[in-house]
Amino acid sequence: MTYGPKPWLQRHWDIRAATNFILGGTGAGLLVAIALAPQAAPGWRPMLALGLALIAVGLGAVWLEIGRKLRALHVFFNPWTSWMTRESFTALLVFALGATVLALDRPWTAQATGLAALGFVFCQGRILHASKGIPAWRAAGITPLIMATGLAEGSGLYLVITAGGGAVRALFALFALALVARALAWQRYRAKLGRGAPLNALEASAKWLLNVGTFAPLALLLAGLVAPQIAPAASMLAGAAALATGWHFKLALVTRAAHNQGFSLPRLPVRGSR
Amino acid sequence: MTRWVMIADLRRCVGCQTCTAACKHTNATPPEVQWRRVLDMEVGEYPQVKRVFVPVGCMHCADPPCMHVCPSTATRQRADGIVTIDYDLCIGCAYCAVACPYQARYKTDRPTFAYGEPMPSEAQRFDARRFGVATKCTFCSDRVDAGLAQGLTPGIDPEATPACVNSCIAKALHFGDVEDPDSNVSELLAENQFFRMHEELGTEPGFYYLWDRAP
Repeated sequence: MTYGPKPWLQRHWDIRAATNFILGGTGAGLLVAIALAPQAAPGWRPMLALGLALIAVGLGAVWLEIGRKLRALHVFFNPWTSWMTRESFTALLVFALGATVLALDRPWTAQATGLAALGFVFCQGRILHASKGIPAWRAAGITPLIMATGLAEGSGLYLVITAGGGAVRALFALFALALVARALAWQRYRAKLGRGAPLNALEASAKWLLNVGTFAPLALLLAGLVAPQIAPAASMLAGAAALATGWHFKLALVTRAAHNQGFSLPRLPVRGSR
Repeated sequence: MTRWVMIADLRRCVGCQTCTAACKHTNATPPEVQWRRVLDMEVGEYPQVKRVFVPVGCMHCADPPCMHVCPSTATRQRADGIVTIDYDLCIGCAYCAVACPYQARYKTDRPTFAYGEPMPSEAQRFDARRFGVATKCTFCSDRVDAGLAQGLTPGIDPEATPACVNSCIAKALHFGDVEDPDSNVSELLAENQFFRMHEELGTEPGFYYLWDRAP
């Protein structure tokens, strides 16, 4: 039995921080998707640049949130324990490798960029997990959920851009696997989170995530396999659904489910005993 | 080794908020920033209702999550356990604020004053370094350090003791070295039953709550 004021919503991180998780995850997912089959799609170079740009805009949004903008480079000072520092270093690596891909046109550099992007989205998950003050973020299972949704969004965006045209089988497999992984990761995370205000804030978004963002895209992919003439439209729709629901979910996670745990007293004082 | 800790005797606290006022006066914190707060909790259902007054603030954890997440190394821990913030390093990302399970950290983006325009006292103690960065209770480390330099004992000698402890009208707040078995706080912890807030998180807070005498 615990006693105490009810948890309330934190106001330190708002939509600007959420933008980093939304665009950063999607950009990283897109880079992973490109790494699977570099040069498969005709417009892979602009797509790679888009992935890098999404990550950059996400980081820029965080920069808008910090109180001392001119000290932004101090973010690199603590790689020993801070996942925010590690995210920043990983972002540098992603940008450096991405620039190399665009300059050298070597497939292995695209794969290295994808690997670094995977590291970037992993750091994002760990940033949330290390936030001990917010039960919805520190819950076990948040990192796989953040990674899976980033991959689903990124591969979904790939399908939206190419309309499935340049996508190879491995890309469709990544998309389908990411969708399933995201749904499973949500179920595991939900079980760990338990009941309360954070879960209530996430339930609506999670319904969209499962119904519109998972089952519908999988059905559309199947429909595209059965009827190839609708495959381009079906791929685009499936990608868009996975993308939009992922963004909606992460926005809710960062801005609406971020309740602290309030204060609790495991014991009540016995007055008059002293 | 020394580890400074604070004790709040929940049986004695009357919720007068004098500690809050003393902290604000000593540290010149702006409106809505209370490094030392006293929660006024209502427990139970009518007619079995109790009020409990709970002083809270930075718990100066032995394993502070705020320090681990800080990307700029602005948040550090001294050898005596006091968790500090270097205002010149902090970038104001507020990661520490969401990592703190005790809602002890504040970030003020623009100067605010009690009556709009700064009063002479506010103008005199205005510190621009504190804006756009994280701030929190320091356990009055400057008082502790100055007192130690004069050979005083923090927690015993008022000149070396945090302002909130000095001001407490009910003697509910105590400060001292928990590593010293003969200190005031060690004796209190030995004689009474106590708990620490959110202990399940493993942060090992340096803030103890007394609730009953030892069985």
